Amino acid sequence: MRKLTWFNTTALTLGFAFLYLPMVILVVYSFNASKLVTVWGGFSTRWYGELMRNEAFLDAAWVTVKVAVMSSTLATILGTMAAYVLVRAGRFAGRTLFSGMIYAPLVMPEVITGLSLLLLFIGIGMDRGVMTIVLAHTTFAMCYVSVVVSSRLVSFDRSLEEAALDLGCTPFEAFRLVTLPIIAPAVISGWLLAFTLSLDDLVIASFTAGPSATTLPIKIFSAVRLGVSPEINALSTIMIGIVTVGVISASLISKRSMLRQSAEERAADRT
Amino acid sequence: MRRLTLIAVPYLWLLALFLVPFLIVVKISLSDTALAIPPYTPELDLREGWAGVKEFLAGLDFENFEFLASDDLYWRAYLSSLQIAAISTFLTLLVGYPIAYGMAKAPEHWRPTLLLLVILPFWTSFLIRVYSWMGILATEGYLNQLLISIGIIGEPLTILNTNVAVYIGIVYTYLPFMILPIYSSLERLDGSLLEAAEDLGCSRFSAFWLVTFPLSKAGVIAGSFLVFIPALGEFVIPSLLGGSKTLMIGKVLWEEFFNNRDWPVASAVAVILLLLLIVPIILFQRNEQKQREAEG
Repeated sequence: MRKLTWFNTTALTLGFAFLYLPMVILVVYSFNASKLVTVWGGFSTRWYGELMRNEAFLDAAWVTVKVAVMSSTLATILGTMAAYVLVRAGRFAGRTLFSGMIYAPLVMPEVITGLSLLLLFIGIGMDRGVMTIVLAHTTFAMCYVSVVVSSRLVSFDRSLEEAALDLGCTPFEAFRLVTLPIIAPAVISGWLLAFTLSLDDLVIASFTAGPSATTLPIKIFSAVRLGVSPEINALSTIMIGIVTVGVISASLISKRSMLRQSAEERAADRT
Repeated sequence: MRRLTLIAVPYLWLLALFLVPFLIVVKISLSDTALAIPPYTPELDLREGWAGVKEFLAGLDFENFEFLASDDLYWRAYLSSLQIAAISTFLTLLVGYPIAYGMAKAPEHWRPTLLLLVILPFWTSFLIRVYSWMGILATEGYLNQLLISIGIIGEPLTILNTNVAVYIGIVYTYLPFMILPIYSSLERLDGSLLEAAEDLGCSRFSAFWLVTFPLSKAGVIAGSFLVFIPALGEFVIPSLLGGSKTLMIGKVLWEEFFNNRDWPVASAVAVILLLLLIVPIILFQRNEQKQREAEG
């Protein structure tokens, strides 16, 4: 058992303080009664009430969730297909271009992705709104999904699939009954990643959203451009809370299923 | 047949929504600004057949790029983006390395929790993480209040709306990208190498520089590219934390498009930004490949 030296303890303490203090301050000051954001005026949940009455924010939140659900689901389907093509389809004409188009959006600056999609939508005369944001988010999120899923497919024992085919499965059945259950954790984390990327995106949504659809990040950005606002602090606290609960419960669930799996393996070894 | 559908669906999607839009940007960057809808000429008119295509091609030129080269606003924006991205990458490395090192040296049963704590901010909204610094760095903000109350400074410091605030914002938001690859290369490090170095008379400090650091170089390089590449095209951080004097190319592109409505110039800015990114991206790919080969 190694002990932490004073240097490592200091590095970890300062490092995590730096990572978490700004968010802690934000959460604490969201319960500030004063309208002056940086002066403490007593405890109050006033800004949460104001937020709940703010129709514009509620509408934007609804649009954001709708866009995120649709685009992450589409992106998961397309991204899993793309991962399958990358890992399993072997050689085909234009494979290099295909893998290039999977990896390029990951490093493409958002301003360029947003600009190019907007110019496309205008070029084909498509009305901008929820649909255009969904198309844009699906496109960049599917690349993230395919990277996550293909890393799982690479380490996957192919003979299991072949056995299913030998036993009379159609290729689709083999995928549904054998491959999918094994890659499911990667597909689920791909979906979660796509969902978060969509919820979080400001730049691409600003380019591709029309006047009829405003997402929450667009709304937040235009509000905070003018400075710190207590309502945004309350909104941020809610969002931080949801993410924290989500990530911690996801990690607990995966830890439990890992423990169960190793218990089952031990039980199997004994028999 | 099934294989063909499987390939065709994602392929056509990416062609239509990634490659074609990008070619449109290149095309518009070669067009001229016009007071029309859409605000550029020439437009491709396929109804006129081959003559239309020829006329269209004749209308394209490099005027926008010549304009970018002649106006020093753009030069300065490109250079200052490179400078801001490079300085903040270096600062992120300085902050991130000790954290990754501490994590790798922490007792084994702590590591999953520490790892979760590094990843958690990555799932929280980027915009909110940038925003959280506005209250801290403002003239009447928490940092100035703290420093004045303990008597370090008499007058509040101006940090918000300067490049310093942009550095802080980039270091803060991209820190997990630096920590994770360095941590994974340090975690694999064989502890007996350090013991050997100490047995051979190395001080702990020189053992670090001669053994640990060189062996974590792959992680350092990967982390630096993961920060540098997105920082170069960053828009949110300079526009919320930076001042009117903070020049970054992502912000220039945004303003050119939304405020000046000059689509051809915005497209030309995008094309050059991409050219600027190609070199670091290729270097990054090469580093990754080298690492894979070393492992495989």
